[in-house]
Amino acid sequence: MASSHGTPPVFNNKVIAWIDYRLPIFSYIEKEYHTFPTPRNFNYFWNFGAIATVMLVLMIATGVVLATNYTPNVLMAFDSVERIDRDVPSGWLMRDLHMNGASFFFIAVYVHIFRGMYYGSYKQPRELLWILGVVIFLLMMATAFMGYVLPWGQMSFWGATVITSLFSAIPVVGDSIVTWLWGGFSIGNPTLNRFYALHYLLPFIIVAVVALHVVALHVHGSNNPTGIDPKGPQDTVPFHPYYTMKDGFGVVIFLIVYSAVVFFAPDMLGDAANYIPADPLVTPTHIVPEWYFLPFYAILRAVPDKLGGVIAMFGAIAVLFVLPWLDTSRVRSSTFRPIYKWFMLLLVVDVVVLGFCGANPPAGFWIPLSQVATLYYFVHFLILLPVLGKIERPLPLPPSIADSVLKKKAG
Amino acid sequence: MRRLIVSGAIALAALVAGAGAVAIAAGTEAHPPHRHWHFQGPFGTYDRAAAQRGYQVYAEVCSACHSLSLLAYRNLIEIGLTENQVKGLIKDITVPDLNDDGQPIDRPARLSDRFRKPFPNELAAAAANNGKAPPDLSVIVKAREGGADYIYALLTGYVPFDKLTPAQIKELNVVKDDNYNTYFPGHRIAMAPPLSDDKVTYVDGTKSTLDQQASDVTEFLAWASEPWMENRKRTGVRVILFLLALAGLMYAVKRQVWANKH
Repeated sequence: MASSHGTPPVFNNKVIAWIDYRLPIFSYIEKEYHTFPTPRNFNYFWNFGAIATVMLVLMIATGVVLATNYTPNVLMAFDSVERIDRDVPSGWLMRDLHMNGASFFFIAVYVHIFRGMYYGSYKQPRELLWILGVVIFLLMMATAFMGYVLPWGQMSFWGATVITSLFSAIPVVGDSIVTWLWGGFSIGNPTLNRFYALHYLLPFIIVAVVALHVVALHVHGSNNPTGIDPKGPQDTVPFHPYYTMKDGFGVVIFLIVYSAVVFFAPDMLGDAANYIPADPLVTPTHIVPEWYFLPFYAILRAVPDKLGGVIAMFGAIAVLFVLPWLDTSRVRSSTFRPIYKWFMLLLVVDVVVLGFCGANPPAGFWIPLSQVATLYYFVHFLILLPVLGKIERPLPLPPSIADSVLKKKAG
Repeated sequence: MRRLIVSGAIALAALVAGAGAVAIAAGTEAHPPHRHWHFQGPFGTYDRAAAQRGYQVYAEVCSACHSLSLLAYRNLIEIGLTENQVKGLIKDITVPDLNDDGQPIDRPARLSDRFRKPFPNELAAAAANNGKAPPDLSVIVKAREGGADYIYALLTGYVPFDKLTPAQIKELNVVKDDNYNTYFPGHRIAMAPPLSDDKVTYVDGTKSTLDQQASDVTEFLAWASEPWMENRKRTGVRVILFLLALAGLMYAVKRQVWANKH
């Protein structure tokens, strides 16, 4: 696509022309965000990349403000967070935006991942784009986990205990690794300090990987709901104003839902126990991570063996890295894959079921349910995907994107 | 296109609802009955009179054992008292401090002081209460599943020993000196029933029943947990109205832009 961008823009403003001749940032913006040819048939699922970007910026902006008022010390952290709420002007707003922003960032990214999987956006030639996305997802999980430790409530402390202790499952060196992670022989001030430093650092690494993600995206352009490549100008529209407007509208709708939670139910997604200051001597009855980790938490607990559970949990993410090679079908979009489409939706149900398993104590029917759901998760990726690509007969693809748009209009 | 907006909105709503349901599903304890609170709902505000009575209950009863360390006396102005009224309320309270020679002293409380703690430190609090310090109440309403409903239910949920069924006594090994509470996880609670009819004499003349005291002090503690709640809701209404208007505008422009492409 890069060749079809047209002639380089001419800037009438002398200052802009002067700068652009030496550092072509304006040409870059013009080429990548204005004239950039984009498939004309995006549905609203394609908004979630822009939404996730907005959430990332919002998290960094509110996070920097919070950092100026937060104290990373085990004796003062809890009260300093309360002080932000009570005594810092608009501090409560920054904190409610930030703590719910994490949830909504994950919502946006989960929808974005679903869209990538449903429409086969990870397939050739977008494998690296997809892998960079999984790297972002992993970095987000690490950042969110360490951020949740900072208020130093009961769930902060015990969540950190459970997750860092996972590394003790590694044979021989496990215990040494845990001591090294903690900076001592138990979770304490060194742990809180390093988590704070890393919680501040990782978002900027996420920004860098997002930049690579976008660069990789702009090499071959976006996938689209039909999964077929644009064949000419009739299949595309310039990114601006068509998708700047559409993304802008989607972002505002998303922000309305986000605001409803921030302003009217700010603690809905949190755990009441995290308003109890951390107490190393009192273990909460149920240690539950934040909702966006629950499916992975369920996979961890589904395996009766500790090391096995850890391997399964990391395997559940590792499998995403090789997704482009597990899927043997040449058709991208599930729209034209009559069997796979249903298995893809079943995977969504499976992950939601895993989420409920993770939220409930591992007892009674939750144990076999989480085991079956974990098994299906891996069967989907390791067996169904490679096999379906070989045996499934895809529906006929439309001749072009323009054709599919106009046909839908007529029908 | 409209179909897609609808399906997108449904997907988003389902995700949020799913996330909420998961969060709720995490609690398995018996749920306290739901009560109507003045501060609930998107426009709910704190009942100033109830919160002021609740402060009286806290000051005369709860504060003997429970600290409220995140609040300052000046905060009481926010529940509708004047500065002079607050000064009057705290005129007999002294707080620990150091004098210019570095010696510990007790001096009269000022508006800027945090609420005085009943014990000098956590160890002293534990020593005076059978080995476990009573929890600080600053964020207690947010720190318990069920929130205000739970606090009210706990305060009114004591069952005297002679009213317990033999099965209840047997199951938990309750002895005569234990405090049995219907809503406390595990039922046996260290705190003796703190409130009873006429335990306080309200300055505003309200009839001082157990129910009234429990509901007033819960209103007060709900306020203490989140004094900025009314500001949050007010801001939220403005933000959402603004975003709705912006969304309408964006949608109109978007349709205009796309008019020749559909």
